[in-house]
Amino acid sequence: MATIELRNVKKSFGVQQIIQGIDLKIADREFVALVGPSGSGKSTLLRMIAGLEEVSEGALLIDGVPVEHVPPAKRGLAMVFQSYALYPQMTVAENMGFNLRLAGVPKSTRDEKVRAVARVLEMEALLQRKPRQLSGGQMQRVAIGRAMTRQPKAFLLDEPLSNLDAGLQAQMRLELVRLHQELNTTMIYVTHDQLEAMTMADRIVVLNNGRIEQSGTPLELYHHPATVFVAGFIGAPKMNFLQSEVAIVTPREVTLTLLDGGSLAVPVPRRKLAEGENVTLGVRPEDIVVDPEGEFPGQIEIIEHLGAWSFLHVRMGRGTKVVAVAPGDRPSRAGDRLRLRLLRQRLHLFDKSGMAIEDPIPGGGL
Amino acid sequence: MNRSSKITWAVALLGWAIALAMFFPIGWMFLTSFKPEIVAVSTPPTIVFSPTLENYSAVLRRADYIAFARHSVAVALGATVLALLLAIPGAYSMAFHPTKRTRDILVWMMSTKMLPAVGVLVPIYLLWRDLHLLDTIFGLIVIDGLSVLPIVVWMLFSFFQEIPSVILEAARMDGATLFGELLRIVVPISGPGILATALLSIILCWNEAFWSLNLTTVKAATLTVFTASFSSPEGLFWAKLSAASTLSIAPILVFGWMSQRQMVRGLSFGGVK
Amino acid sequence: MNDAAVVPNSRRLAPTSLLAPSVTMLLLWMIVPLAMTLWFSIQHYNLLAPGRHAFAGLANYVELLTHRALWIAMGNTLLLLGLILATTVTFGTAFAVLLNAEFPGRQVCRSLVIAPFFVMPTVSALIWKNMLMNPVFGLFPWFTRSLGIGSIEYFSRAPLLSIVAIVSWEWVPFAVLILLPALQSLNPEQVEAARLDGAHGFAIFRHIQLPHLLRPMVVVAMIEMIFLLSLFAEIYVTTGGGPGLASTNLAYLIFREAFFAWDVGLASAGGVLAIILANVASLFLMRMVGRNLQDAR
Repeated sequence: MATIELRNVKKSFGVQQIIQGIDLKIADREFVALVGPSGSGKSTLLRMIAGLEEVSEGALLIDGVPVEHVPPAKRGLAMVFQSYALYPQMTVAENMGFNLRLAGVPKSTRDEKVRAVARVLEMEALLQRKPRQLSGGQMQRVAIGRAMTRQPKAFLLDEPLSNLDAGLQAQMRLELVRLHQELNTTMIYVTHDQLEAMTMADRIVVLNNGRIEQSGTPLELYHHPATVFVAGFIGAPKMNFLQSEVAIVTPREVTLTLLDGGSLAVPVPRRKLAEGENVTLGVRPEDIVVDPEGEFPGQIEIIEHLGAWSFLHVRMGRGTKVVAVAPGDRPSRAGDRLRLRLLRQRLHLFDKSGMAIEDPIPGGGL
Repeated sequence: MNRSSKITWAVALLGWAIALAMFFPIGWMFLTSFKPEIVAVSTPPTIVFSPTLENYSAVLRRADYIAFARHSVAVALGATVLALLLAIPGAYSMAFHPTKRTRDILVWMMSTKMLPAVGVLVPIYLLWRDLHLLDTIFGLIVIDGLSVLPIVVWMLFSFFQEIPSVILEAARMDGATLFGELLRIVVPISGPGILATALLSIILCWNEAFWSLNLTTVKAATLTVFTASFSSPEGLFWAKLSAASTLSIAPILVFGWMSQRQMVRGLSFGGVK
Repeated sequence: MNDAAVVPNSRRLAPTSLLAPSVTMLLLWMIVPLAMTLWFSIQHYNLLAPGRHAFAGLANYVELLTHRALWIAMGNTLLLLGLILATTVTFGTAFAVLLNAEFPGRQVCRSLVIAPFFVMPTVSALIWKNMLMNPVFGLFPWFTRSLGIGSIEYFSRAPLLSIVAIVSWEWVPFAVLILLPALQSLNPEQVEAARLDGAHGFAIFRHIQLPHLLRPMVVVAMIEMIFLLSLFAEIYVTTGGGPGLASTNLAYLIFREAFFAWDVGLASAGGVLAIILANVASLFLMRMVGRNLQDAR
């Protein structure tokens, strides 16, 4: 059983406040991803949970027990470091058994546990090797294995895949998900890669500048981002943002004038908009369709061919650039002129402070 | 192709010439130690002769030589152990728990070496006299240990710095205490570095002449004192002196050769890899 | 530096207490003798006249500073320092560049070049004095005599230079020990880029290797200075400071005053002067170095 709770946790290094007051509840067996750009405080948060950093203010509870002053080894957690941090002078088996040895577990039991974990991770052949004889992926496995032998209440993973090459990353992502299903233990996973978070986590917590921007399931964040930041962070290619002004408000629809020129009618959102109000219009590249009847003319500057899809970088009207996704077999070339249509149901509106203007009332709009 | 191989040969020639020139005095002394006395002092100097071990056996039979050698070993090892005991915790603290003061402390430590030994010769002599430490092994160990301490700290610090702190954090997560971290992680990983530091310390203490000459006479005199006492040549004993000298420098020479690479890494404070 | 993880309360005490022993010992080692030296330097204190212990004020300093011997000794100290530093750094660099080149047996050559550094200074001095420079039995005179040039008494005619020769022989290997790996750590791609730009041999040395070596050279100079200011053993074994005062440096002068004249007060004053000299020399070196480093950028 491992629930982890943070209540108004703050962290300062000297005068700099890194974490601004975070409330977070992580349920047992959850796979939670902490995502955010560099400097958002996600690693610091993880390290505070681990006990490697002190909590400046606020409460940290594991299974309801405050642990701010409990040393890391006694919190019942295990950490997988970004650089693996294996002990270079020990063999793989010794690395994995070290924590058991420190706890006074007799050698025979230690060896059994180590072997059991090695079997699960399919690395029995590596047990007698030293870290310098291992590849990156193998070292990663040993780091995970070392955490597993602790049989912790929760695993803390600090960007464990970022040092691996792309192909290996994809493979390890699946393995970690499988591992989570098998071990059925809480995992807190820090990453700057939204793809990892989206594909692996039950719940994603998006951090920015030491605060939680939004917390929810991957699809919740994808479909209903609460802020411009989350909208731009989740999903690739990045959401397009168009600055606009509210022109006309009617009970059935709202017309926006795009700063770039042209206007667009959108469904009526839940909150009342005032005429002249500045609104940021967000539309994902996959929600822009190439349509000869579309409202917005533009010219393709660059095409990125991915095979099944192509990313079209289009220059519109007065210079605004948007990215649109088109089927890969669509014949297009840089320089082509085309017209784009925005899928009305998939538009996101944000006010001038970056907060999402709530989704339209179902049944309202076009 | 021809030009570059000619250059390589010229370079090789020059390189070997310089190497042999630098080593020549040592080599010559080594050679002389195997010559019978009469041959040793003859002019013109001879290279071809029938070697003998009589010099070595004569030196090794001398009770005072053995004593002096023992003293050198005791002082070198004792001072090194003392320095390491003081330095390892200090270097650990500075490498893994650095504060704003750390850089300053390191510089200050090195600056204590800037204090010329001669500047404190008088008070140390008097102090040692009053503490009955004159002409004692222990007295010399303390002085040499403290003399060499800043260098030992600096070298250990630079070796410890090479250990990523993440590894220590992993050990902390695994349950290691502060002492455990030190013993089980830091020391084994930086083993070669600690060894090189120890070797450098031994070399410096073994070769130390200023304090040995001034603070000891008979009971704790080291080989530096022994060899210095022969500063006025007395004719027919050069072969034996060569033998004694060779015996005095041989172990250190070997140590130095063995550890040269590691020593440089530590000495250059990471400025040189 | 390692990233400093903030340490939980339970461990905060430990780092300071770990550092304490070495810092305390060094502090004692510095402060106690230093204080004593300063104290003695303002006393009339002669071990041969134990009753007449009195406060002297600056009398010792006056006596010292008006004594010809002190200035000669100081001059010799600086001369020795300057000459040896210049010689060792120059030859050290030259040898390092040479040994950096690929030629058969260069590892062995490196070990041979480095050897003199590990030899006891007393033994070094003995080798040079008795075996090489001895006017009757020595190799150098034999060599010059066979060439018909005749021979000189090195230690009488050129005592300071003889000592410079001996000590340089001991310390050039140290310079090589530091400079050679520094040279080897130079990124070979830099040299290749320079070659492509048209640079050869000496130009590469001047524009690529030398700037890279500037920092280790400073390290060499600083460490040598620390040891050379207290140069003692070689003088003790060879010239005994003579003839006259020709090869007496400050360290030897103080030694003489302390143990030959047993004048503690005077010797202590000399010690203080030696400390001042050391600090001035190091300041001077730092400034020179600082200026050079600025230019190098």
